[in-house]
Formats: sequence, structure tokens, C-alpha cells
Amino acid sequence: MRIAAPVLASVLTLIVGSVFFASLGHDPLPTLYAFFVEPLNSMNGLSEWLLKASPLILIACGLAVGFRANVWNIGAEGQFTMGAIAASGVGLFWPDPESALLLPLMFLGGMAAGMAWAAIPAFLRSRMNTNEILVTLMMTYIATLFLSYLVHGPWRDPAGFNYPQTALLPAAAMFQSFDPAYRLNSSIFVTVVAVLLMWLFTDRSFLGYKMSVSGAAPLAARYAGFRESAAVWIGLLAGGAAAGIAGMAEAAGPLGQLSPQISPGYGFAAIIVAFIGRLNAFGIVLGGLLMSLLFLGGEGVQMTLGLPSALTRIFQGILLFFLLAADFFIFYRVRLVRPARDAHALETA
Amino acid sequence: MHPRLELRNICKRYPGVVANDDVSLSIQPGEIHAVLGENGAGKSTLMKIIYGAAQADSGEIFCDGNPIAAHNPATSRALGIEMVYQHFALFESVSVVENIALSASSAFDLPSLAEKIRELSLRYGMPIDPHRQVHDLSVGERQRVEIVRCLLQAPKLLILDEPTSVLTPQAVVKLFETLRQLAAEGCSIVYISHKLDEVQELCDTATVLRNGKVTGTARPKETTSLELARMMVGSKLPEMHVSPATLSKKPVLEVNNLSAKARDHFGVELKDVSFDVHGGEIVGLAGVSGNGQAELIALLSGERTHGRSDAVRISGTPAAGLRADERRKLGLAFVPEERLGRGAVPSHTLWENAVLTAHRFGTVRKGLVDRRKASAFAAGVIDKFKVKANGPGSTAQSLSGGNLQKFIVGREIALAPKLLLVSQPTWGVDVGASAFIRQTIVDLSRAGTAVFVVSEELDELFEICDRLLVICQGRVSPPLVRKSTDREEIGLLMTGRTMGKDKTGSSSVALQD
Repeated sequence: MRIAAPVLASVLTLIVGSVFFASLGHDPLPTLYAFFVEPLNSMNGLSEWLLKASPLILIACGLAVGFRANVWNIGAEGQFTMGAIAASGVGLFWPDPESALLLPLMFLGGMAAGMAWAAIPAFLRSRMNTNEILVTLMMTYIATLFLSYLVHGPWRDPAGFNYPQTALLPAAAMFQSFDPAYRLNSSIFVTVVAVLLMWLFTDRSFLGYKMSVSGAAPLAARYAGFRESAAVWIGLLAGGAAAGIAGMAEAAGPLGQLSPQISPGYGFAAIIVAFIGRLNAFGIVLGGLLMSLLFLGGEGVQMTLGLPSALTRIFQGILLFFLLAADFFIFYRVRLVRPARDAHALETA
Repeated sequence: MHPRLELRNICKRYPGVVANDDVSLSIQPGEIHAVLGENGAGKSTLMKIIYGAAQADSGEIFCDGNPIAAHNPATSRALGIEMVYQHFALFESVSVVENIALSASSAFDLPSLAEKIRELSLRYGMPIDPHRQVHDLSVGERQRVEIVRCLLQAPKLLILDEPTSVLTPQAVVKLFETLRQLAAEGCSIVYISHKLDEVQELCDTATVLRNGKVTGTARPKETTSLELARMMVGSKLPEMHVSPATLSKKPVLEVNNLSAKARDHFGVELKDVSFDVHGGEIVGLAGVSGNGQAELIALLSGERTHGRSDAVRISGTPAAGLRADERRKLGLAFVPEERLGRGAVPSHTLWENAVLTAHRFGTVRKGLVDRRKASAFAAGVIDKFKVKANGPGSTAQSLSGGNLQKFIVGREIALAPKLLLVSQPTWGVDVGASAFIRQTIVDLSRAGTAVFVVSEELDELFEICDRLLVICQGRVSPPLVRKSTDREEIGLLMTGRTMGKDKTGSSSVALQD
């Protein structure tokens, strides 16, 4: 039944999507084809598909570690941004721009920055019992504005015609593309490793076991003596690290430089991916591929059919809505209660 | 005259079990009729069928001589059948009258309803103030609310499911007076229980169920408890063997002047609690629920820590500041009162739940959970404690309460503890399994483990304990040696009467009458 919900939600999303297209005056079937199939018809499409799925899967893996313990990190977008900033900072300002160490250093920098950004809500939650949902979300806006400040101010490329963007990263600071014609690059291996690590952690490790106890039955965790603060720290740091690395890979991959807009909402979409994947490593891979297709399809129909760009977000929203609704109807039974008056009539009858 | 209620050849099957097999019984107006049986004997199913919450596969039900065809709780209530459940369904944060109004099926007017509640409760000798908040009420008082809620419907048949499991002996006496008065006014009463002495004291007739079948009908007042017990459990009636205790030289658990503020508004403050438990003995804590047992056991188990670390010592080591797993390293094991969600993770399998506390016993290696070892551990517990489950892969929530309890007790005992804390060891567990659990606890203590048992069932404590403590309003009495005390003395201590010193204190907690 846990697997039925995402499938059901996807089907319902398609149906509602068709109605939606029809109401905009487009024939649903060709539009759906343009949305979901056409993007994958070319090598470039496949490359873009995996390129966009990679950060979604990576971030979702990190977030799911926390979600399993009921630690709700909603601020992966901010951690992603900080990871991209730190990694680009290393790439731009490291004294030797041709060093072979540059990429590994950027990796560590991005990871550390993502973790640091997540450590703040972890500290506040474990010390002062603040709500991590609010804190992580608010810190996302701080990160975005910090990025905006940097690219408009101190890090702006002096040779960039006043555009708000940094200089391009040196070649040694970039992941290698598999083929110069396409953007897909070797950072996808990072995601593969992350999926395997996530599986090992959640399915096999004792630490992951403790986290799942904390999430499923907090009183049982206390009964067994598992520390609640450990679950909070691990949950948030895992999400922060994954998002930070994804941000680094984005900067050192398709972007190559920082600008005010570096993410099409990967950090938020990854939350949906984690849930569609049922917080399971391999489920997340499928969820990430689906979500990436929504991004591509949205872009596609925007260009070919002139549909609005908000379409991607709308589809994401519809999908999450149906997923939650399907879960609700699978785990609860709705019973109509007879109005009090009828029961009374029965009693006096 | 027609019987008030007559069941003829009721059969009810669930997949894999026959819950009721050809059950017939009849109850006269004004009769107090006991339905006796172990857990799983089919009592609850039968009550659900009478109340209309479940439908019989075959058989007939007659009320005052008229057959009841299509049957549901609403028609039952229209016929004057009311039920008091074992677990109360009250909203804690609102008042008595509001609770009763919420369950009323018709329009109501709060002031006049309150007046009716006051009147009725006084008439039946169980006064309640309709405007008190339910969270301020003791368990006994909450039960009164449930009964008054039924009485407001002027029932002709009242079903009570294990009503005395949470009451003091004195409150039980009060309840029985009320029930007798109701019966004298013509209301029939179905009294579900497994406590033989109560049934013998109160009931006119008894129908005994075993494995869904009626194994006998008796007049309990004229039948010996041994005969009744035989009908309930068949020929093999387990007997307890309690050999004399040999105490360790030093106590394993020492509690010294432990005081703790209540954690929240509903909690109880512990005041200056001191006692110790030696290896080889069983010390029991008696008391009406909600008098500080939950707070004390959380402080002993490590679920709650205390600033003064020598307030609790385990094997001489100051432990009050240690977490549960750190105390477990000192040899502690603990069976909590709540099985689902505390003693076990509901959605996890039994082998996963074995890892919960057995992770130091080979089920975790190099930071990875060893599934084979964990399964073997769980299978061992299932086998040794005769847990009814489809193997280590079944989820905790799929087990019945009694079976899960056996699993948790078995798991904790398999840890070979030096100190075992047990809260409500046999709550909701049937007679046969209860005897087995008690015997296991006794055997463990005789092998040298120090055992501390919290229970609301005095019979159980008298059966297995060497010494008894009584808790009332957060204070713990000096220890009483079981052989030189009796139920009366314990019962009085439970209501705080001879504790004397602090009589002026608030009576909001658990003073039953």
C-alpha cells in the first residue's frame, strides 16, 4: 500500500493535468506527449534529465535521513545556496587555479557550508527547542539574499558588463562532462554513492535504526535511551551536507559561475521527491527522475506551446497534494456520521 | 415473563478463529450476570454482538421476548442497552457535564443536564461534581462519569467490561453497592471479569467461556473458586511456586530521598522517596494509578534523569543522571506499562524491536544491525514465551496486547538483568499467560536478580512480592513484609489515610471516596 500511493498520485496528477491543458485550449494527449515524452526523445534530453535528477536525488537522500526521524529540514534550498557559494568562493579565490586539489577542496567547502547552515537550526532545536521547520525555512531566505549581495557586490565580475554574476570558475574547478556536446558530468557519481550510503545507513546501520525508532515512536527511543538530540543533529547535518554538495556540483557543473538565481527550486522539490520515494533510497531515485521530468516538460511546453512557466510548480503541487491525499485515504478510513437528529428519532421511535 | 436478554446459538467466526461457537445465555430483569473467561475466550466479541457493534454469523438475540434483527449500537441504545468500556472515552480537558453532553445524541441544555447528573449520581451513591474538569478526576471518579453517562439513558441492561481493574478495594465496594441498587430497581447487569472473588461476591449467575464456547453456567455464590477457575482455563490450572528469597548482601537498587517536581500539569510531584531492592527479592509498589508511579518508574528507568545523581544507585553506582541505555549497561532491564509505542515500536517487526534493547547482545556488530542474529534472538523469545506471532517478521502492532507483553517481558529477561523493573506485568494478559509471566519473574528473582514491580492488582502483588511499598500522592510508604500485612492495610495506605502527616494536602489526586 505504501507503494500504491505514489503510483496513484502520479496517475491522478496526469488526469488533472489533462483537464488543465484542455481548459487552456490545448488538446490534452499531444500536450502530455510534449510534456512527458518529447523531452526524452534526444540524447540531449536524456542528458538534461539525469543532470536535473541528480541534485534532486542527492538532496532528497539527505533530507530523508532526517525525515525518517521526524526532523523536518525544509531549508535545503538555503543549504544548497550556501554550498554553491562556499564552493565557488574556493574555486574563484584559491591561490593556484590549476591545482588538482581544487575540485576536492570545493567539494569539502560546499559540504561544510551546507552542514554549517543546517547546524544552526540543529543547535537551536536541541538547545532551545525551537521549531526546525521555521528556522530552516527562514534561513533559506537569508542564504538567497546573501548570494544576491555577493553577486551584486564584492564578488561581481569586474569584466562582466555590470551583470550581477561572478567570474567563470577555472577549468580545474569544474566537473568533467562526459561529452562536450552535453551538460551531464561526472558529479552524477557523487549521487550514486550518496544513494548507496543512504541505503546502507537507513536499512542496515544501527545509527539509522535508532533514527527510525526516534521517528516512529519517540517514547520508545527514550525508553531505549537513544538520544533525541543525536537524531536532530544527524538528521539536519545529513540534509545540510547533501544539499551543500548538490549546490557545489551545480556551481562546478552546469552553472560555472554564481548568479542571483542558481536553483530552479531543487531544495524544495527534493522534499517532494523524498516523500514520493517513501523515504527509501531506491524510491527516491524514481521520485527524482519523475520530478526532473516535470522540470524538463515544463520548460519544453513553455517553449513549444507557449504554456506558462508556472506549470512545473503547479504539477509539483498537484503531485504532492495527491500523494498526501492518497496516504490519508490509505491509512485512515473515512466514515460518514449520521446527524444527531436521526439517531434521536431512532431512540424515540 | 420473558428474559431481558436472550442469546440463542450465537456463532461468530473471524478469519482463522471461531470467536463464539454456539453461545446461548439468558439474563432476567434485575439479574447480575457474570461473563467469565480468559483473554481471547470470546467475551469481548460476545459483548460487541450484544451491543450491536458486531454482527453474529448465525444465532438469534431476543430482547424482552422480541427478536432483534438488524442490530447496531444505535438500536441497542434505543432498546436500553448501555455499555461501560474498560478504557474510558473521556475528553480530559473539558468538564464532566460537557463530556456527557458530547456523547448525547439529542439536543441538550447544559444547566439542566448538570442538575440531572448531580441528582442521578447522588441517588446511586457515587457523587460527582458535574463542573469539574475530567483531568482533575481520579480513575475511580472517571468511571463514575462513564456509568452516570449510561444511567442518564435509563438503561434496562448495563454491560460493564472489567470495571474494577483500576479501582482500590474501597472503591470496588462502593461500585458494588451502586450495581446492587441498580439491579434492585430492575436493571439487568452483564459483568465481564476474570476476577473470581468479585464475581462470587456480586453476581447471581455466571456464564463461563473458553475458546469461544460456553463451558459452564454456575451460581457463583454456591460454587468454589477452584471450580470456576477450572471451567475458565480447563483442567490444567497453573500453580505458582514461590520459594523463600535469599537476599544479596548489598542492595542492587537504592533510592535515596528522591524528590521530583511534576513534569506537567497532569503529573504528580514525588516527595522524598526512599527504598531499596536487594538481589533475590521482589519488591512491589501498590497504589491507585496516577499517584506518582509513572514519574517514579521514569526516574528509575532513565527515561527521565535527575540532577542529584546519587538519588538513584544501581549496584552502588550513582545513576540518577544517566540515560536509559547507560543504566542498562549497569544491568537494568525494564518492562514498561505501555507496550505499543514505548516498549515496542508499533510499525517495526519483532526482530527490529528485539534490537531496541538487545543491541548489546550480538544483534549489532560494527555499527550494522545483524539481521540474522536479531531474528534468531526474536525467534528465541517467541519460542520460549509462546508468543503467538507469525515469526520474527511480524510487526509489533499485529500482535494482541497480551502476546506483545509476553514478547517484551521475554526480551527483557533474555538480557539477563541484575535489576528488572516491571510495570503492570500482566495487564490485559490472560490467566494462563499471566501465571507464566509471574512465575518467570519469580524464577528470575530467585536466581539473584533484584525485581521491582509496579502493579495496580493487589492479588498479583500479594502473589509474587516479598515486600510491598504503597504510593499515594507522590509519597512512598515504608516497606511492608508481605506475610505480615493484608489487603486492608494496603488498601488504607493506598487512599492515604494512615500516612497521616499530610492530610491537609490537595485531595484532587486519587482520593476515591
